[in-house]
Amino acid sequence: MSTFQRNMSLTGEPPKTINTQQKIASALGLIGLTLLFLALLNIAFPHKILWISISIILISGGTIWFSIAAYLHKPEGIKNDGVYFKSLSSKGFWAWVLGIFLTLFYVVLYWFPEYLGFMTEGENTGVISLFDPFSNLLNGGPASQWFVYGTLYTIAILIFGIKFILKYRHNKYEKLRTYSVMFFQLGFAFIIPELMAGLNSESTTLPYYDLKNIWPLNYYNFDQYRVDQFISSGTIGMALLLFGIASIFIITPILTYKYGKRWYCSWVCGCGGLAETAGDPFRHLSDKRLIAWQVERWVVHSVLVFVVLMTTALVHSYLGNDSSKYWLTKDVFLVAVAVLLTAVFAWTFIFKREELQKDARLGAIGYFVIIISLVGLHFFSGIDLFLFNAETLRTTYAFLIGAVFSGVIGVGFYPIFGSRVWCRFGCPMAAILGFQQRLFSRFRITTNGGQCISCGNCSTYCEMGIDVRAYAQKGENIVRSSCVGCGICSAVCPRGVLKLENGPLEKRIDSNEILLGNDVDLMNYVNGNQ
Amino acid sequence: MEHVVIIGNGIAGVTAARHIRKLSNKKITIISAEADYFFSRTALMYVYMGHMRWRDIEPYESWFWEKNNLTLQKGYVENVNTDTKTLHFTEGNSLKYDKLIIASGSTTHFFDWEGQDLMGVQGLVTKQDLEILEVNAPNNKVCPRAVIVGGGLIGVELAEMLRTRNIEVTMLVREEAFWANVLPKPNAEMISKHILSHGVDLRFNTALDKIIGDENGKVKAIVTTNGEEISCNLVGIATGVKPQISFLKNSNIETDKGILVNRMLETNIEGVYAIGDCAQQREPIGNRPPIEAVWYTGRMMGETVAQTICGKKFEYNPGNWFNSAKFFDIEYQTYGWVFSEKRKKDYEAHFHWKCKSDLRCVTISYHRKSKEFLGINTFGIRMKQEVFDNWLNENRSVDYVVQNLIQANFDPEFYKKYENEIQSEFFKQPVNV
Repeated sequence: MSTFQRNMSLTGEPPKTINTQQKIASALGLIGLTLLFLALLNIAFPHKILWISISIILISGGTIWFSIAAYLHKPEGIKNDGVYFKSLSSKGFWAWVLGIFLTLFYVVLYWFPEYLGFMTEGENTGVISLFDPFSNLLNGGPASQWFVYGTLYTIAILIFGIKFILKYRHNKYEKLRTYSVMFFQLGFAFIIPELMAGLNSESTTLPYYDLKNIWPLNYYNFDQYRVDQFISSGTIGMALLLFGIASIFIITPILTYKYGKRWYCSWVCGCGGLAETAGDPFRHLSDKRLIAWQVERWVVHSVLVFVVLMTTALVHSYLGNDSSKYWLTKDVFLVAVAVLLTAVFAWTFIFKREELQKDARLGAIGYFVIIISLVGLHFFSGIDLFLFNAETLRTTYAFLIGAVFSGVIGVGFYPIFGSRVWCRFGCPMAAILGFQQRLFSRFRITTNGGQCISCGNCSTYCEMGIDVRAYAQKGENIVRSSCVGCGICSAVCPRGVLKLENGPLEKRIDSNEILLGNDVDLMNYVNGNQ
Repeated sequence: MEHVVIIGNGIAGVTAARHIRKLSNKKITIISAEADYFFSRTALMYVYMGHMRWRDIEPYESWFWEKNNLTLQKGYVENVNTDTKTLHFTEGNSLKYDKLIIASGSTTHFFDWEGQDLMGVQGLVTKQDLEILEVNAPNNKVCPRAVIVGGGLIGVELAEMLRTRNIEVTMLVREEAFWANVLPKPNAEMISKHILSHGVDLRFNTALDKIIGDENGKVKAIVTTNGEEISCNLVGIATGVKPQISFLKNSNIETDKGILVNRMLETNIEGVYAIGDCAQQREPIGNRPPIEAVWYTGRMMGETVAQTICGKKFEYNPGNWFNSAKFFDIEYQTYGWVFSEKRKKDYEAHFHWKCKSDLRCVTISYHRKSKEFLGINTFGIRMKQEVFDNWLNENRSVDYVVQNLIQANFDPEFYKKYENEIQSEFFKQPVNV
């Protein structure tokens, strides 16, 4: 069932891709998963702590042993042999099995948690009850489906992070980056929020807050219940609320200016963290065609507009009208949003117009007109802000984008569409960071003169579907809003052509008709004539 | 409208076509018998190794050609009639041209060995070679053992490819170390060790005597010049390439080993040009060989001839020599001239540095008397072409280059830097070797 290319191989069969140790390790991991599955069928495990520990140890140990057996006996270097021969990594039978399994898991998780054993009243059963003791230990309460998911997610990033580190053990950039996502997932996304939840009491009711999960990725951060919880929790709560606002409006632009969006997408973010570790075997499956890039630009920016509209409507819905009670009223807020969006739009068109493609300009103008006229319409005729009820927008977003796009499609389809489908087509945070990266960041990927041989490794292994080769073979820097700076293009390049760098903004985007190495007069003549 | 016909859709021909299209609306036809679309020849190995699919090594999507009004024609040119300006194809049809660019590339150089026509004897240059390799060596059951003749770039690529399918590889190298006719000995020795560490059975000072077949006309074994018989199912010929010009033997176009061209890349016939691997300079340019079978020289000739054809005449005048390759896990780059002991000029002195890991080394060549920097070989450390290009143009001294080596570093962020180590070794070492 593998998609091994028969046109290049009349009698051939791909070499055996896993050795005996890897088979045993896989079996152990699968036994661990089976234990969880048995719990799902409500087989009562007498000693929950014992069985959950055994299961997690088997899964983790199996994965790590598998990785050691796969890489450690081989010399350090690029390990892409047979990627397109293996069923799992070339959209073959096992890829579909895994894809369907993951998709089903997400469907159950989001909409039918009771099948996992989640009980809103009374004791949990099934898999979730297995996690109760562990949950008790961290936050003092029983497990929810989100606790189970968070735990498994963190374990996945840690164990597949180790696999990735072993695979790229010759590459310090890749190692550091992976340590970083492992650290942020374990500490910021998992342990700290759980402990914070455990500290809640009568007086403080802090919401579950993953500090690195920034709005608009964290689209619910300014929901009424959360803001209420922040405000009612005194100084700490207010500090956290302000941090949430500062994250997107102050911290993010500064860091992206200095390092590009990679500081977030491939060093900190949890979605990125999973894509870079568990998703690594599927990175080459991203669509590299020009048409995919065109679709990407429209879809990801539409999601961004959606989340801005939704959040504006939502915050607007719970603010008051009386400025004597609190300075931030519905009207003040709406004006502030309109001013901010106008400022961004004006800045872009005054200073960066030349850098936008034609469809990007049209899109920007179109979206800007829509948002401002909706705000205006509301102001002057008093109709429902954005035509829809704020709560409707919020639930629609949570369903379509928060669950279906980022979860079911984003992760469930790893083995089919590649590991960064969500980050590339759906993530509004990536859209904002990408906008900053494209227009005012020191980050770029530089190319090395005329050394490129157009082999295509860089493009193939770009998880974001960027046709890196198209730039490299022209000697042009790669400055693309979608680039998450994972560094794999540079790693797989056989000729040392690509380098991720931070540098001055001047001459960041320069293409040459003729590359270094040819006659100096010819280069000057042709490149000067452009 | 003038009709420019290009024979060959490799890097040279396609670059010429792209640049002519940028400068004019001439009718352009690109002819190939090898492949439907331009592909990266240097990436053939990655398809066999499963890193990429065939379509991944094609740099342009299929709509590119029509969008840029470049006509692609599949066919094998059998004869070129320069009097009537007509190409005749083996398929029986013909095509008229106004200007002709021959960019037909290279083919494997066989040296008339006994048994070289047996099944299982092949080179690795064309798409067809890759297809045959999938027949000859699909796995280690059909092909438990292969012998590669020649220790050069194609040889080591072939070895790496076959090793990914766990096929035992013996490599016959004429010199005392891998690629020692090009690399200085310390470089060649380090790479030899690395190749050995990947399970390749390297035989130095050994060449091919003859190939022995079985009753079915398939390869069974080879005999080395030392008289040893090695049984094998595949013989990879990697003793170099030669211009593919057999289709010109009945034409008026003057050839030697390749198609003879002047600095304008013009052949002896007006309106007929030759570029890339198949072209042979009447007078060699600097230290460069008259036939350069390198990816980027093909590209540069394409860039140059396009200007000439579009009315702005340019000589082919390549800048400083550079190149790169990868030997299993070790990347190699070279800028300027660093010759092997055999080819070294009288004035050329070398400084060698090697990392304890045996995975990195640097050789810097300089003028014995004037101390002018002449070139660098770097293994396992990426370096920037632009910086060396400037230093070579500015005739910098070797001291200056070593002192400022860090400026040329192109390794990924956070990589360990070796420049200090290289410097201290350079300055404590007695000059001249």
